[in-house]
Amino acid sequence: MNQTPWEQFVSSLWPIVQGALLGTIPLALVSFVVGLAIALVVALMRLSRRRLVSGVARVYVSLVRGTPLLVQLFVIFYGLPSVGVVIDPWPSAVAAFSINVGGYAAEVIRAAILSVPKGQWEAAYMIGMSRNVALRRIILPQAARVSVPPLSNTFISLVKDTSLASLILVTDLFQRAREIAAFNGEFMLVFLEAALVYWVICLGLSVLQSRLETRLDRYVAH
Amino acid sequence: MSPTDPLAPGTSGAPGTPGVPPTPSDPTWGTHAPLLTVQGLSKSFGDHQVLASVDLTVSRGQVLALIGASGSGKTTLLRCLNGLETPDGGTIDVGGDLRLDFGTTPSVRELAALRDRSAMVFQHYNLFPHKTVLQNVMEGPVVVQRRPAADVRTEALALLDRVGLAAKRDAYPFELSGGQQQRVGIVRALALRPRLLLFDEPTSALDPELVGEVLGLIKQLAEEGWTMVIVTHELQFAREVAHEVAFVDAGRVLERGAPEAVLRDPEHERTRQFLRRILHPF
Repeated sequence: MNQTPWEQFVSSLWPIVQGALLGTIPLALVSFVVGLAIALVVALMRLSRRRLVSGVARVYVSLVRGTPLLVQLFVIFYGLPSVGVVIDPWPSAVAAFSINVGGYAAEVIRAAILSVPKGQWEAAYMIGMSRNVALRRIILPQAARVSVPPLSNTFISLVKDTSLASLILVTDLFQRAREIAAFNGEFMLVFLEAALVYWVICLGLSVLQSRLETRLDRYVAH
Repeated sequence: MSPTDPLAPGTSGAPGTPGVPPTPSDPTWGTHAPLLTVQGLSKSFGDHQVLASVDLTVSRGQVLALIGASGSGKTTLLRCLNGLETPDGGTIDVGGDLRLDFGTTPSVRELAALRDRSAMVFQHYNLFPHKTVLQNVMEGPVVVQRRPAADVRTEALALLDRVGLAAKRDAYPFELSGGQQQRVGIVRALALRPRLLLFDEPTSALDPELVGEVLGLIKQLAEEGWTMVIVTHELQFAREVAHEVAFVDAGRVLERGAPEAVLRDPEHERTRQFLRRILHPF
């Protein structure tokens, strides 16, 4: 196998991109969507006046933020089977990443909800809305605008963190790169190539972020 | 909920005639029966008593101006009338068919009924920034009162046209001047077809040259027979538009009466002090 570095680069690119398309990207997307749903619930719980409810949410956020993601991943995949709960690699990864995003994004969403002026709640109540309707139609759309930049950060971090899933046997971008490198021994080249693919994905996300911000900014003074 | 249920939201509205601005759907519109009766209303924030047993009556078609120093409780009083603050005690009676006794915590349904009868215009407008002018006006009638969107739209456009803002229907609030935003705030309140209009210092946040357009509109509404309670520092306006002026001091209505009497020849020394400070600030 006497390939030039360029030939090696080209021949390993497609398997790595395949790992991204079939592993990294769907894993990140699904985990982010599920994580956001968890985050919204946790954020609303934290804003609850009931001590117990907000306390539970506080503990959740604290646990998620206070323990390493890799440890969370291992507890779910390698730990749970010893108490009789066996989960496949993919669902394990989605569970761990969703729970993780849920904790971080909950704080972002909570702050965004609190950033909406009190007068918006009052105007919503004045026109007769209940708390839930006010939240859905008046507060959350305004909170969404504020939370796009920090949530984009969370998402970009998540895309990179999914590389940890290769350690619980998920075939993602990084798992593919490790396989190729182990096969051809070109560690530097292949891992730089993996880094490049991650970077391109994140560049694309940054572009999406600024488009979304522009769209949501249409109703604010510039 | 039967249509005659006084607590049912949205039932106070009479069928609107498209293109014609709504009038309050009060069966006794035009009479001078009491529309609002407040008795013994009290409210504390912690140790601080903001309202100390306030009594108040406003007849249909009458305009009551609440004046007083900042911190006197006049804004809290107004906010209680829209359920934005919950009083600790006392009663609020609107229209004779709704009576809230704050001796016990009012139910969500009672508060909804109170809000259905009154609409408020805020000092800082509080328009919904993510909605256009037309959407701001239609939100309550369509989403809360569940009136047909097409009818509400016609009515909203007629109201906007009336205040000279029909051309701004698709603008977002940030594209409007303060005076325009406040006029939209007034239209948003009118579109709810309330029986009682509440104004919380409606011109205090405006540039001086924009005050006139808003006060002019409120004056027109007064002439049309709307029942209104207005918290204001514009004494000249109060004198011209209000049927009665109440001076609020330390959480009580210290004195009330015809504007001429209260503003020119007040009984209480506190009122005189307040008027002097407003009229001769330096």
